[in-house]
Amino acid sequence: MTRLGPPLAVLLLGLPVLIGLLGTILPAFGILPALGGVTPSLAPLEQLLAMPGVWRSAALSFWIGLASGAGSLFVVMLFVAGWSGTHTFKRLQRTIAPLLSVPHAAAAFGFAFLIAPSGFLARLLSPELTGWTAPPNVLIPNDSWGLSMIAGLMLKEIPFLLLITLAALPQVEAQRGRAVVAALGFGRTAGFLLALWPAIYRQIRLGIFAVLAFSSSVVDVAAILGPTLPPTLAPRLLQWITDPDLTLRFAAAAGALLQLGVTLGVLLVWIGLEQGGAFLRDRVATSGRRFRHDRAVRIVAAAGLAASAGAVFLGLLTLAIWSIAGLWTFPDLLPQSLTLRGWESVLPRLSNPLLTTLIVAASATLLAVALAVLCLANEDRRGRPAGRAALWMIYLPLIIPQPAFLFGLQLAFVSVDLQATLAALVFVHLVFVLPYVFLSLSDPWRSLDRRYEQVARGLGRSRRRAFWTVRMPLLLRALLTAAAIGFAVSVGQYLPTVLIGAGRLTTVTTEAVALASGGNRRVIGVWTFVQMILPFVGFLVATLVPALVFRRFRAVRV
Amino acid sequence: MELKLDQVAIALDGHTLVSLTEVVVPGSVLTVMGPSGSGKSTLLAYVGGFLDPSFQAAGRVWINGRDVTDLPAEERRAGILFQDPLLFPHMTVEGNLLFGLAPHVRGRDARRHAVDVALDQFELGGLGNRDPATLSGGQKARVALARVLLSAPHALLLDEPFSKLDAPLRRAMRDLVFAEARARNLPVLLVTHDQADADAAGGTLLRIGA
Repeated sequence: MTRLGPPLAVLLLGLPVLIGLLGTILPAFGILPALGGVTPSLAPLEQLLAMPGVWRSAALSFWIGLASGAGSLFVVMLFVAGWSGTHTFKRLQRTIAPLLSVPHAAAAFGFAFLIAPSGFLARLLSPELTGWTAPPNVLIPNDSWGLSMIAGLMLKEIPFLLLITLAALPQVEAQRGRAVVAALGFGRTAGFLLALWPAIYRQIRLGIFAVLAFSSSVVDVAAILGPTLPPTLAPRLLQWITDPDLTLRFAAAAGALLQLGVTLGVLLVWIGLEQGGAFLRDRVATSGRRFRHDRAVRIVAAAGLAASAGAVFLGLLTLAIWSIAGLWTFPDLLPQSLTLRGWESVLPRLSNPLLTTLIVAASATLLAVALAVLCLANEDRRGRPAGRAALWMIYLPLIIPQPAFLFGLQLAFVSVDLQATLAALVFVHLVFVLPYVFLSLSDPWRSLDRRYEQVARGLGRSRRRAFWTVRMPLLLRALLTAAAIGFAVSVGQYLPTVLIGAGRLTTVTTEAVALASGGNRRVIGVWTFVQMILPFVGFLVATLVPALVFRRFRAVRV
Repeated sequence: MELKLDQVAIALDGHTLVSLTEVVVPGSVLTVMGPSGSGKSTLLAYVGGFLDPSFQAAGRVWINGRDVTDLPAEERRAGILFQDPLLFPHMTVEGNLLFGLAPHVRGRDARRHAVDVALDQFELGGLGNRDPATLSGGQKARVALARVLLSAPHALLLDEPFSKLDAPLRRAMRDLVFAEARARNLPVLLVTHDQADADAAGGTLLRIGA
């Protein structure tokens, strides 16, 4: 039974990517029989290059992807180096963890409501400090350099990178390492970066690649916070592929290839930066300098992290207030009256998208957890963990930019008449849910003391019985957490849902993002509130159920 | 009941770690000593039936007149005690003992009674309903011993079971385990790096590695 796990997982992760890439590459060179393209040509490429500002879009994607990834890693790296093992670290870590469950779109909307000229921050400072009695006329968000989009992406990337770094810490024996470098006279931050960070970095490298690929090809955050004249590449591709003018599909396919190139470019530049960083590190490490005075760096790092968390919380709070705000004139900090008008207008249209969201997220999560368990149980049977190749396989759908293979995958679904079916939507969500579920479950799974099961076998229980009576209960919390993460990932999916749902199957996320250009803050507030509450409930369940089931047992309760 | 190791040899990457032929008669102890990494725990895993697939092993293992070499761990009736008590943290003390109690004791009442008797015998009376995490080190060790004995094993495998206990407790636990094994006529395979364990065990001493 467990033998089936790995081949199934490889098939589910690899096949869609492969078919999707093929389905993107062929039309990019003119081959798309359904639309009359049968001979290879460079016409799609020419059509793409004739689009106004396409190079600027590509350059923006490149810049935003690189800058947000580098910025987030910088904050996380300095914070972990300067603070790990302290009380502040634990406190901030606990504050940050729930942020992982906030969907990108919700975080982006919240951030937009926070920093807009008439946003919460401006209201907080006006008119006393700024003198503004009317919102200033500046282009924020959607500034043409993509700075608000970079900041918005960082809000979500920082908690993600922090959590995968935390998972890597025990494996490098950070506790003892810190003591050793301190005894050698190094300052906290420098000692950590020189002695311990390289080993951590190796562990989180693929996660960083996933962040870079995501932020250089994201659609929903770009639609909410990104530049508009022109936008980044990915949202323009989506525009073309959903355009009634079918010939634009060829340009979209060629554009998806360009997107692949942009993301690849970001990764290559990043690898160059890694080399440079390693060179610099070795120079500094052998120079004998100890960098004992790092107070300022430590404070800046903690402040950066706290600010990013604060921005998400404040943004979500602003969203929640907007969803029930009556008249709210600038520069009042709070609305003059509260009303349920927003909720009343949305509720009648809520049930279908909500139901779709729940069905798809629950099915994809259930399948993903089952598959991950099969793969991990198979590792136990074989006696060794999956190798590097398997890890790359798991990260594959996260590192190939979504547009590059989802466009082709959509064509494939159309050709077998499965587009806009629940099954297809669950399948495509599974491609993105499975990696996160697997990565979240594998650490606790592998670190559970195997002798528990050996004891059970020695007491006469079969492998199967020991699995169900000992391993599964002991991993209940880890299983539920992995499921909550998978659920949150599915709820947050935008591009796969738009493409495969084709407007006929919509989720709370696609409905919310569709409102981005409209600017009705009350309605946006309602949809995003629903969008953010779903994953939150998932994590609540994952926390409460083990605490209840095991309330009598101290060692497994938390 | 007797434990027989017939030309058992275990290798890792072509390098032989252990090679031995021994008969452990009922109630006696075979002590295997060696430094860390010498393969003594590997030998135990082979006898118990959960050898990591990366090792290559040959030779037969007989327990109570049965060749168990090809049997899965759960059919070998080899009870095992590790250096940690490994009480299942999601079950009460009583739950742990009921989990271990051999299936031939049938019926709710009979099973509860057997567990109660064991609790009293190992000075654990009144602790049945407790969370294992709230027990003292000595209590945990005694629950682990009671659990394995209730499963009616035909041999005992001890993997440095006393090494994490403090000195007075270690002596008491050692005496208790060996006395129980003798009383039940169980052959014992003990791996340790503590000479005092070997002295107390009294039986054959085998040094490997080094």
